Amino acid sequence: MTISADRSARGEMSGDQPAPEQAEATYLSGAAVDAVRKFGITAEDYMLPARHQIQMVDQEGNLKHHSEQGAEPGHEYPLPGDEELLAAYEQLVVGRRVNDQNSALVRQGRMAVYPSSHGQEACQIAAALCLAEGDWMFPTYRDAVAVMARGVDPIEAMTIFRGDWHGGYDPLKHKVGIQCTPLTTQLLHAVGVAHAAKLRGEDTVVLAMCGDGATSEGDFHEALNFAAVFHLPVIFFVQNNQYAISVPLAHQSVAPSLAHKAVGYGMAGERVDGNDVVALLAVLDRAVKLAREGSGPLLVEAHTYRMQAHTNADDATRYRQDTEVAQWVARDPLTRMKKYLTDKGVLDDGGDARIAEKAEAVATQLRTGLGEDVRVDPQDLFKHVFATPTPQLAQQSALLADELARDAAGAISEEETDK
Amino acid sequence: MSPTITTSSEANGNVSSATARAAASAAANAEEAGPQPVTMAKALNTAMADAMHADDSVLVFGEDVGMLGGVFRITDGLMKTFGEQRCFDTPLAESGIVGMAVGMAINGMRPVIEMQFDAFAYPAFEQIVSHVAKMHNRTKGRVKLPMVIRVPYAGGIGGVEHHCDSSESYYAHTAGLKVYTPATVADAYRMLREAIDSDDPVMFMEPKKLYWSKDLVDLDALRAEYGRQADGREATEGRAAVARSGTDATLIAYGPSVPTALAAAAAAAEEGRSLEVIDIRTIVPFDDATVAASVRKTGRAVVIAEAHGFASVSSEIVARIQERCFHYLAAPIRRVTGFDVPYPAPKLEHHYLPGVDRILDAVDDLQWED
Repeated sequence: MTISADRSARGEMSGDQPAPEQAEATYLSGAAVDAVRKFGITAEDYMLPARHQIQMVDQEGNLKHHSEQGAEPGHEYPLPGDEELLAAYEQLVVGRRVNDQNSALVRQGRMAVYPSSHGQEACQIAAALCLAEGDWMFPTYRDAVAVMARGVDPIEAMTIFRGDWHGGYDPLKHKVGIQCTPLTTQLLHAVGVAHAAKLRGEDTVVLAMCGDGATSEGDFHEALNFAAVFHLPVIFFVQNNQYAISVPLAHQSVAPSLAHKAVGYGMAGERVDGNDVVALLAVLDRAVKLAREGSGPLLVEAHTYRMQAHTNADDATRYRQDTEVAQWVARDPLTRMKKYLTDKGVLDDGGDARIAEKAEAVATQLRTGLGEDVRVDPQDLFKHVFATPTPQLAQQSALLADELARDAAGAISEEETDK
Repeated sequence: MSPTITTSSEANGNVSSATARAAASAAANAEEAGPQPVTMAKALNTAMADAMHADDSVLVFGEDVGMLGGVFRITDGLMKTFGEQRCFDTPLAESGIVGMAVGMAINGMRPVIEMQFDAFAYPAFEQIVSHVAKMHNRTKGRVKLPMVIRVPYAGGIGGVEHHCDSSESYYAHTAGLKVYTPATVADAYRMLREAIDSDDPVMFMEPKKLYWSKDLVDLDALRAEYGRQADGREATEGRAAVARSGTDATLIAYGPSVPTALAAAAAAAEEGRSLEVIDIRTIVPFDDATVAASVRKTGRAVVIAEAHGFASVSSEIVARIQERCFHYLAAPIRRVTGFDVPYPAPKLEHHYLPGVDRILDAVDDLQWED
């Protein structure tokens, strides 16, 4: 049976069944056809993930032999260049510092909450670096490091968790959707942005992020199916960090892997070591290239681990063992990258110190920016509900203004009484 | 690949003069044919076609809206006229339709999407409440969502279960959504054009039992008028209409209940009672001034709605009148609404729907003896 991503061919299916070769030529387009022609593999083998996850640098920081990286015909990934890897390492170090600084600020009561991506920084950085300037990203609430890596000001990125507004940066300016809290709903927005761009003939690629738990949501299915049916350049990037708050992956899905879900939509899926930034960049760079060339959507599942609790309000010891966490400490994305780049002579002590300094500067910016008492304007409650305001909100705004004026007058008269 | 389209939406940064051009052309085409019988379906269809002509960024999509022209034929011919890129069928998934529309609106389009029936829109509820309603506020106005969600709603067509819900209260209760519901053919045209031109997301509730009702309307004059007055036109948003003038009591209705209220007023007139009928037109924003002025004048009010009365738009209207007109009231405000039961099977719906007799009974109850 042939899987189709092209609706226009559907009509021909109702007639005589075409021969298998003809069917593939009719129903498949873009990358699948290329793969069939170039590698002599079936369309199914192109869409199904490679038998093993793609891993290029092992957890000790050694480059694996090409034959052991998981690559197969149609699933070939060239090693990213040193310059790209050094830039990624710098971002990794900054990202880790951002995560740990923000968690500290929550403990100090400076921020309401921070869902940390500690341990997942390689995914965060690769997601940001694989995109070109005009591309879009749709992040979740745990993807602040990816948002900052796309160039959003750290303080603007953290506004959502500081408690003064539900979003701090301009999505249109940065082409980064607001960090999304309702699970998986943002994948459909990514599909819509890609669809609009395609209708205008732009070559925009959209990266849509979600976690393993989100793959159980209905919008995951609808987004992947819409993207496939409309043949849109969307990369669905699933950070499988093994837990949806407390519920392990085994309770979400019994699919062979989350990447295997791709074939059900007629798109290509791939698994990658989510703590190996080299493999992540290789896989995502290729996915972006394919999508831009017209392959339609792709699904990339990154195996990673949420090293800390869901948020500060969560107690991870209630649902997982320390021994499990310890295993993942050994797979840390930063240590292996540092070893790899140092061994290769790309990173030296001077470079390391410069990167550490840069990370510290961002941490200082966060401490200063989030330490400030932000003045909130109560009238902002009403200003942005509608583009064209309603008389009812004008009345409610006046009511609040009156309350505040009376409070202020009361405070003044109390002061006078005290005197 | 088929030809690409250009975007001319002004909402998220793109600018166009297409609207002005189309207005001029509509004005030039306006013939002095005078009023003709026109269905609400035709008016809605014409409004979408005119909006698509005026602005390339207006897209129409949903379930069966393409080749079929919609199960109610409201999008009839749009795919043929504007091509499959601007009017198309989607996979059968309402959350997907609304969610994709959100993304398209973020990226410069003006999607006009159809939820096939009222109750079929519920899978999209999360997208509507969590994103459509909140995106503008969440981004402090940086991201506008100029999108219209068309919902054929309410009963009176002998429909099976899940095809006759009055779902307007769910949306009216949600901050950040505008909720329009036309009751006349002329308003159907005007209000849909306005909804499409609005930079706010609009839930456009279409009383499906009125789709094939006809009014005598000069559609060309209406189109020309909309085009001519594109800037500075007196909007219908937030403006209730006095559908019939009267002096003794006010009937307040919207959407499918307006013709029923007018029939009740006509019957009351035969009995010598002069009833004013207010057509709310846009539930959000609500026109307090017109409603309050009428009730202050008549001193008596009956609110009519098909939806269940409990915690509904009709309860909101009663509360607002009470807050504004208490000292003018000669009698408690009455409501005639659907019973608080799931929408009934076809053979029982006439017991459920507010009818002329039930409305006149309520009017009789307004303490006339005092």
